[in-house]
Parts: sequence; C-alpha cells; structure tokens
Amino acid sequence: MHDVGALSRTAFLIVSATMVVGVFTLIMVAVALFTLLERRLSAWIQDRLGPNRVGPQGILQPVADGLKNLLKEETYPAQASRIYFLLAPMLSITPALITFAVVPFAAPLPTPWGLVEMVIADLPIGILYILALTSLGVYGIVMAGWSSNNKYAFLGGLRASAQMVSYEVGLGLSLIPVFMLAGNVTLTQVVWTQQEELGLWLALPLGLAFFLFVISAFAETNRLPFDLAEAESELITGYHTEYSSMKFSMFFIAEYSNVLTASALMATLFLGGWDIPFWQGDDMRVVAPGVVQGALPAWWKTLLTLGVFAGKTVFFVFLFMWVRWTVPRFRYDQVMHLGWKVMLPTALAYITLVGTSMLVLDALDVPFGLRYGLFLTAVNLVAAIVFLWLLDRDRVIGGATYRRLPRTALRREPPLVTAGEGVVLPNDGT
Amino acid sequence: MAIGVKVVRRPSGTTSYLRATLKGMALTFKHLVDPRKVTLQYPDEKPELAPRWRGTHRMAVHADGRPKCVACGLCPTICPANCIRLVPGEDDQGNRYPIVYEIDEFRCIFCGMCQEVCPVEAIHVGQDYENSEYTRERFVYDLDRLMAQDHPLTALWDPSDPLSE
Repeated sequence: MHDVGALSRTAFLIVSATMVVGVFTLIMVAVALFTLLERRLSAWIQDRLGPNRVGPQGILQPVADGLKNLLKEETYPAQASRIYFLLAPMLSITPALITFAVVPFAAPLPTPWGLVEMVIADLPIGILYILALTSLGVYGIVMAGWSSNNKYAFLGGLRASAQMVSYEVGLGLSLIPVFMLAGNVTLTQVVWTQQEELGLWLALPLGLAFFLFVISAFAETNRLPFDLAEAESELITGYHTEYSSMKFSMFFIAEYSNVLTASALMATLFLGGWDIPFWQGDDMRVVAPGVVQGALPAWWKTLLTLGVFAGKTVFFVFLFMWVRWTVPRFRYDQVMHLGWKVMLPTALAYITLVGTSMLVLDALDVPFGLRYGLFLTAVNLVAAIVFLWLLDRDRVIGGATYRRLPRTALRREPPLVTAGEGVVLPNDGT
Repeated sequence: MAIGVKVVRRPSGTTSYLRATLKGMALTFKHLVDPRKVTLQYPDEKPELAPRWRGTHRMAVHADGRPKCVACGLCPTICPANCIRLVPGEDDQGNRYPIVYEIDEFRCIFCGMCQEVCPVEAIHVGQDYENSEYTRERFVYDLDRLMAQDHPLTALWDPSDPLSE
C-alpha cells in the first residue's frame, strides 16, 4: 500500500474537466484517423493505394472530408418528421461518445496535488453502464430510419433494431463469466483481476467468451459481416439514406466511436486493459482516494501503460477493419440464426461450464491465482475445441466443392426437353 | 429444372463460415502487406501507351512551316463521324492547300482512318489524352492548333507485322 495523497475537491474537479475534454478530443481525433485508416487498409487489401494526396500519406484527408461535409448543403426530405430527423444523429452520436467514460486507459498518475486515476468516471456499475448505453445507440438508428419516411431507411432501422436486440443478449451473456471471475462489474476491478489476482489475461481462461464477445461486438457496432442496417446493395445505405452533409457524417463518427469503444472494451475485459504483460511493475490499483495497492505509481508507468492500452485498442480496430474487408454480408435469416441459435445457447452453456469449474476449484480449495486460471484455461481449451468442432466439422461452404453432399447431387440434371421429332414434351399435357 | 440448374442443398443448421473466414482473412492480409499495388498515381506517373493508341490529332508541317496537307478531301470523305471540315484552296503555282481545316474533337471517334487514308501523311492521330478545356468551342481544333501540337504520333498498323512485334 502506498499513500500518494488524494486530490482536493477543487483539484478533482479541474482534473476531471481536463480529462473529459482531453479524452473527448482524443476520441474525435482517433475517429477521424480511423476513417482514413479504414480507407487506406481497404485500399491495400484490394491492391490499391487509397487516399494519399492530402498531406503526407493522406494524413489530412479527414480534415478535408470534414470541411467538405460542413460546407455541403443540408437537405430535408419533404415528408420527413423534422424533429426526429434532427434528433436521430444526435441520439446516435451521444451514447457512442460517452460510453468511453468508464474505461480505464492507463495506470494511476501521481501528481504534486495528489493521485489521478486515469479513468473519467470509475463507476461502480461499470460495464452495466456500457451495456445500457450501447443499446441506447439503436434508438438513433431506428429514429433515423423511421423519421426519414423512406422505405429503405425504414427497413434499415428495422433490421438494426432486430439485430441489436438479438446480439445484446449474446453480448451480455458472454460477459457474465468475466464478472464471475472478477467478482465485480467495475472495469478497474476487472483489470486488477487480470493483473494481479489471476495473473492471466482473461482471453486465456475465458477464450470462448472472448470469441462470442467479439462477434457480438461486431453485430452491435453494425460492422460489416453484420451491417444489415446499411446494406448498400439492397437498402441503398439503409437508415442514413436521406441524410446529407454533417448529419450524415455524424452517423459515421458514431459508428467509428462505437468501434473504438468496443475495441477498448475488448482490450480491457479480455486483454488486461492497460496491463503490460510479464511485468509486475505496473500492477496497481486505487483502493481508496490517494491510496494505491501494488506497485508504486510513476508518470512514466502511466505513459507506458497508456501506450500499451492504445496498442491493444488499435489492434482490435484493425481487426474490425480487416474482417470488414474480408467477409461478405450475412443474410438476414443467417444473422438471426447465428444470434439466437448459436450465440445464445453457447453463451449459456459456457456460463454453466465456467460456473461448474469454479465450484469444483473452490471445493478443491485451489487458491484464486495463476493455478486457478490455468485450470480454467485448460477447461476453456476443451470447450473451445468442442465448440469449433460442432460449428465447423468439415462443413466449409464452398459452392460446388460442398463435400458432404453425395456426388450425384452435384451432377447436372439431364435436360428434360430434347429437340427432335417424335419427342413428347413432358409438360404439354398430351 | 429444365435448364440444368445446380441446386446445392445447404441445411442452415449444418453450415459454418469459420474456417472459410480464417482462410479469407489470411488472403486479405497477404494482399494488405503485399507492396505491389495496381494504382497509377496519375499526375505524377503516366500510363505507358501502346504504339497504336489513338488520341487527338496533329498536322505534319513542312520545313518552311506550311502544312503538309494538299486538301485532297479524302479525310473528310472517309471520316465516319463527319468531324473534319475542309475548305480547299489553290495558290498561283497550282498547289492545293487547306484554307480551313478544322477537326471537332468532340465528334471524333478516334478511329484513325484519316491518318490511314492521307496520301501525304499530313494528318495524324497522336498519343495525347490531356486535352481538357473550359468551353466546348475550344474543342474544335483549327489548322494552327493542329500544327502546333507536338505529341508523339500514333503508329500505323503494319500488314507485314500484324501483331506489332
């Protein structure tokens, strides 16, 4: 225990305000850069170069895009419901931006005025707050689709709501094993569990939950394998068909901030948050204002952990984009099938499995620590292998090379109608 | 099924995308890190044109600056787009020359037949494509403009070397 000194009330207010502004700015800049990153990554994947003319390597492209969008004409569909039409982008962008508030992004920073926790608001309800806000995000999309008075926008909104409601279930259930291990829903506690108490990143003992969480997060953020809400080929662009200029842009800012938050969450919940692996020097948590348990905080540790956290987050953002430019869009029934018939039972079974293993471990008096975690990792490995075997036993879809069908089923059926004289056509009723 | 449509029965309960997805991601990653890209950074890099690539016209000139054109009228006759306007004239020695020679590059379909038909190798199509203008009128090239063009000429098709080898 180290008593570094708590912030005074005034200092706390100032620090909080600074952090809110700082993090908000950082997110907006990151989101702008992500739009560029996405365009360049997609270009590289398709053997193109992408936007590289504005500034060095196109770094100023987001600025140019933003300026263009601000100067574009705003259009309102004549039959649109004006108030809701205006409200929708705001409702979409606000939850996306304020979810980040509970994510701890670095080790606590000691200052001359006291210890500063590197999280905007370390809410005791942590992840519940995030779950609540991510489901709020769907209102913006539904409202946009409804108020546009356009059938494509309407269908997009409808699909988005159905999809988000379905995957909310998988998302919530895949998180329950995390809470069972951490014993808390506070994100700082989840990080501490991974750093010190368990000594393992939760992606190892809870790999299957991690997998389910990643899939649900893709669906929740409406990213490509699940972007039914804006399926370009069927719905033009879905819920934001009627939007123009900055309001259109706001939906994109919302989408990318959702991606950022989801990536930060994956990093925090399953990859140890700002924890640096194989190093005990950063294992610390704030137990009371100004009192730190574990290693001694230092400014360079804060910087280092911030860098590690950013690295993990950017990795997941990259994963989002990589998957987006690889996998084609699901059909609507496939999305529902995956959500309700695969994710939900798997998550439930996994909760049961983890719960049982924890009961068994507690009964065997295994102390909560690395050995506990390694045992869970072994259980998880078996569960993951069984899950993947059930999901994927030699059943890769590949058009004509679909191997499990009998050979005859693939053969072309002989033509029924043969040209020639004296042949009675089968369907002419004679 | 009269026309032999292949039906692949895929029971939705037994389908999976997992390994196919991983394979696909490996493929996209390979392209992501592959430094070979197809983009041509146009104003900095120019495409390499084939020798018989046809663009805007050029009028060949004599050493003393007169156009080589003898105003025979073959090119306006053969032009399928009817884009060449020629008013022939004759000087006191009986030499024919064009008083007006205009090509409407908007009407032109760049077939290159004017170049093929020209008996004195005066009118050519050339290897030029950077020809934007602010007005439509500027796309009617007059004789002076045609003579001032200096881009490379298009090679004619050689019957003895049909594949341009």
